[in-house]
This record gives sequence, structure tokens and C-alpha cells, in this order.
Amino acid sequence: MTVELLWWDGCPSHPEALAELERILREEGVEADVARVEIEDDEQARREHFPGSPTIRIDGEDIVPPGEGDPFSLTCRVYRTRDGRFSPLPDPEDVRAAVRRAA
Amino acid sequence: MIAIGDRAPDLTLPDTAGQEHSLAGPAVVVFTCNHCPYALAWHDRIADAARDYPNVQFLAINPNDAARYPGDSLEAMRERVEREDWSMPYLHDESQEVARAFGAKTTPDVFVIDAEGRLRYRGAPDPDHQDPSLNASWLREALDAVLAGEEVARPETDPVGCSVKWRQ
Repeated sequence: MTVELLWWDGCPSHPEALAELERILREEGVEADVARVEIEDDEQARREHFPGSPTIRIDGEDIVPPGEGDPFSLTCRVYRTRDGRFSPLPDPEDVRAAVRRAA
Repeated sequence: MIAIGDRAPDLTLPDTAGQEHSLAGPAVVVFTCNHCPYALAWHDRIADAARDYPNVQFLAINPNDAARYPGDSLEAMRERVEREDWSMPYLHDESQEVARAFGAKTTPDVFVIDAEGRLRYRGAPDPDHQDPSLNASWLREALDAVLAGEEVARPETDPVGCSVKWRQ
């Protein structure tokens, strides 16, 4: 399983996203190194199809696929938790579900 | 950039309907925006505080560069205000001069100003954007102290959120 965390320094959520992701991988018994990819400019954001920080991809698939037409740019990504709240992080259960699908 | 105890900068900015608003303490100035998940996560808590303190002026100010972040354009602000139940005016700081004068760093970034126009609190609304039950506790503590004529016990916290998107 390949696991990537794409992040941008202008958004403070990536350390928490990494800690959550690594915790869930441990809990699910998955041994995978998380490749950290820093996105540094808009050109790289477009090239990497980066919809915002943080973005987690497992085997190349975004765990929360962005909407069609969403721009690729240096921004903080807006997630919705399962109870409907706005959040700078994906819902941990969405992360867990993606890990289980790929395992 | 202002420090605790300094006089807050004068400001006059238009809201989404074009009406101008000037600072009149006691007041809460919140730099915020449309596209940042931290600002969105804290928005309802700040809006609730605005309803709970009707004698305090609350001003939400969007300072972001809309050329790079179209979701923060005046039109997008207007659509949001029409769609949602806002308890405070949403002001457009197109020149970013007000944000620079305050030294705003993030969205959100909260400033509490007393009746004499002096800054008494600056920072985050409460300790955790993920916990709505905290109910903007740091902001409310500061307001309660200011309105009671007391010292604010915790005058500064680290603002947490997306960086203000300055023009390049």
C-alpha cells in the first residue's frame, strides 16, 4: 500500500493530519510509510492535482475525492466530518474506511 | 501591528450591501473568510457570541486577496451572507490596510476592543476548532472582563487558522 500526505506550509493542519493517519494505520495493522509531499507553489499544485492541504492518497486515490471542477491551488482544504461540521482534517472514520478498502 | 493596551486602528469598511461600518467599542473584530476550514469551523461559535452580547459591536472582516482566492471575493461574501443567518456585518477589506494595521495573521484572528478603543484580547476564539462545546470561551472570558471593567486574565493566545492571503 502506498500512502501519501500532500501538504502546504501555509496551512497548520498537516502535523495533526500526519499523526492521525499514522495512528489509524497502526490501529489497522498496516505497515506503510507515509510519503510526505510538500506542495510549494500553484504550478506544483496544478501538476499534482492538489485540491488543498492536507490531502491523503492511498494507492494514488484521494481518500475524500474532491468535487468535479474544484480548483487545484495552495489552500487549506475544507472537509466535512461525518456529523456535518466543517473541519481542516478529514473525519478519522473516512481515513479508516479508506485504509480498510486498500488493505 | 498593535499590542495589548494599544489603541485599535480606526477602520471604516463596507459590508456586503455596501453600507459602511466604523469601529465603536466595546467591539470584537474578527478577521475571517469563506475558504478557510478553521474560519468555517469557528464561525457559528463567534456568531452565537455576537447574539449573546447585543451591546458589543461585532465586525467580521475578510482581508484575503480575492484575485488568488476567488472564494473570498465580495460576490462570494454576499452570496454567503444571503444564504446563512449572519449576526454581524461581514466587511470587505479589499486594500488589506485594516488587516495590516491590526497585524492580522490568520483567519480567524480575534481582537477584543474596550469602550476606550484599546485592545484587550487577541487570539483564537477558544482552545479547539474541533470542539463546538467550547463555545468561543476565550473570547467570552475576555468580553466578560472588559464589560465588568476588569483585567482580562488571558489577554493573548496564539491565533490558529489559515494564513491571511496577502496580495503578491
